[in-house]
Amino acid sequence: MPLVKAAKLSSKVFHKDIPQLPTRNGFGDGLVIAGERDERVMVLCADLTESTRTEAFKKAFPDRFVQLGVSEQSLAAIAAGMALAGRVPFIASYACFSPGRNWEQIRTTACLQEVNVKIAGAHAGISVGPDGATHQMNEDIAIMRVLPNMIVLVPGDAIETRKAVLAAIEHNGPVYIRFAREKTPVFTTDKSPFAIGKAQILHAGSDVAIIACGPLVYEALLAAKELEKHGVTAKVISSPSVKPLDEATLIAAAKQCGAVVTVEEAQAAAG
Amino acid sequence: MPHVRQTIAPLTDAKLRKLELKANDIRQDVLKMLTKAGSGHSAGPLGMADIFTALYFHVLNHDPRKPQWAERDRLFLSNGHIAPIRYATMAHAGYFPIEELATLRQFGSRLQGHPEYRLLPALENTSGPLGDGSPQSVGMAYVGMLEKAPWHVYCAMSDGELAAGITWEAALFAGKHKLHNLTWIIDRNNIQIDGYTEDIMPLEPLHEKFAAFGFTVLEIDGHNIQEFVDACDRAKATWETPTVIIAHTIPGKGVSYMEFEPAWHGKSPKAGEELNSALKELRTLGGKIQSEME
Repeated sequence: MPLVKAAKLSSKVFHKDIPQLPTRNGFGDGLVIAGERDERVMVLCADLTESTRTEAFKKAFPDRFVQLGVSEQSLAAIAAGMALAGRVPFIASYACFSPGRNWEQIRTTACLQEVNVKIAGAHAGISVGPDGATHQMNEDIAIMRVLPNMIVLVPGDAIETRKAVLAAIEHNGPVYIRFAREKTPVFTTDKSPFAIGKAQILHAGSDVAIIACGPLVYEALLAAKELEKHGVTAKVISSPSVKPLDEATLIAAAKQCGAVVTVEEAQAAAG
Repeated sequence: MPHVRQTIAPLTDAKLRKLELKANDIRQDVLKMLTKAGSGHSAGPLGMADIFTALYFHVLNHDPRKPQWAERDRLFLSNGHIAPIRYATMAHAGYFPIEELATLRQFGSRLQGHPEYRLLPALENTSGPLGDGSPQSVGMAYVGMLEKAPWHVYCAMSDGELAAGITWEAALFAGKHKLHNLTWIIDRNNIQIDGYTEDIMPLEPLHEKFAAFGFTVLEIDGHNIQEFVDACDRAKATWETPTVIIAHTIPGKGVSYMEFEPAWHGKSPKAGEELNSALKELRTLGGKIQSEME
């Protein structure tokens, strides 16, 4: 069974030399475009400018970049104050600190007030490996998706992360975007569809549906290819919009295949 | 360079007397609404009645008929549990009918136990979780500086909530950026829900702490409206730093059985003798002034 044409994936998707980039690079690229498109956009950073890839925005828009130091709780609430003043602030830190440390501030000041705070959780998931358990944030998706008015996006590669940033500024209200540190295959293209609330079927199949988000979507594609050798056809669904979830697409796939596997970098209890 | 600032009008003796009478009326409404609700906080709202009256009837540049007026001064409330004083003062100022005060804490009311930004116009923020108001005021003031906006940002907060680390994160930020368009007002009433602040987690020397964070620190008698207005005036004239006004207040001010009592931090008076004696005491205010209501 083939790759789905409408997904407009990279022609190199199953090649060994598929280009690799960290999803965080897409965040940095997206911020600069967002800054150009919308002068309300600001970036607030808590002492992690380089590793969250906010450096380029800082260079392009120095008066809209704010350094707060290691103070994640006020990072969220100060951003909410700026949003109340009409700005669109992105707050950037590691996911284990933001939203890990400032969940209550995000709940009260961004979600209950329903204001334009965009939260970027970098270095998320177990793939941050050598940094150790404190930094392997596997709980962020769970704690963010239960918040009222919060959108949760887990893009699969650098290109999709850039699109997620641009979708975030179009959405009026709080958005969480999760991304990773390590280089991972860039399997989508500029033309691949992306929208809040939509899942995409990347690989056709009818024996099992594999639903994935983040860089693990690519691993799901590799698994589908492997399964083919064993006579199993897998439908691979990329679901970067964790909230709202594209229920129609996922339920239809479950009905058709009769078996569903989800692939996420998260605590099993968080699913 | 500091941008153009709105000034505060001089406070005449006649206006001062009017404000004192107004604060007395507002205190009575606070007690009535708390009794009707059957729960809520009494001490803080009574202690801040003079300051909220001064803010809404003299200090703030605002228009109750245009609550979202772009050039209004922004008043954040960080300790949301004193909401009754904000609601009562806003109703007296003309933001909504005074009769609506009777809906405090009821299902479907715009006047929730802790204020909700989306429910009532010109509530600048949702508040309740202590410590969240001051950093929001700082974010607002930062944008105000960036845009050279004519408005001033105020944030009223409690002393007990200063134990929250986020307050000091926000203070570092305000000091770094010399947010001169920002004035914090601390209700220094020395009580919190579990007892006296200096027993629970001492805040003193509070003046020196804020000075060390880069604030201009003014200490006033929080029941002296003239002193409060003067302090706000000085804050607006200070272009070098943010200002914090430490307002020494008496919790439960105006009702003798509530004054200084931590037990009245988080409860409301019962209907009947408890409410009636409090209202009577307020109507005469120690025999010094007579209420306009009489």
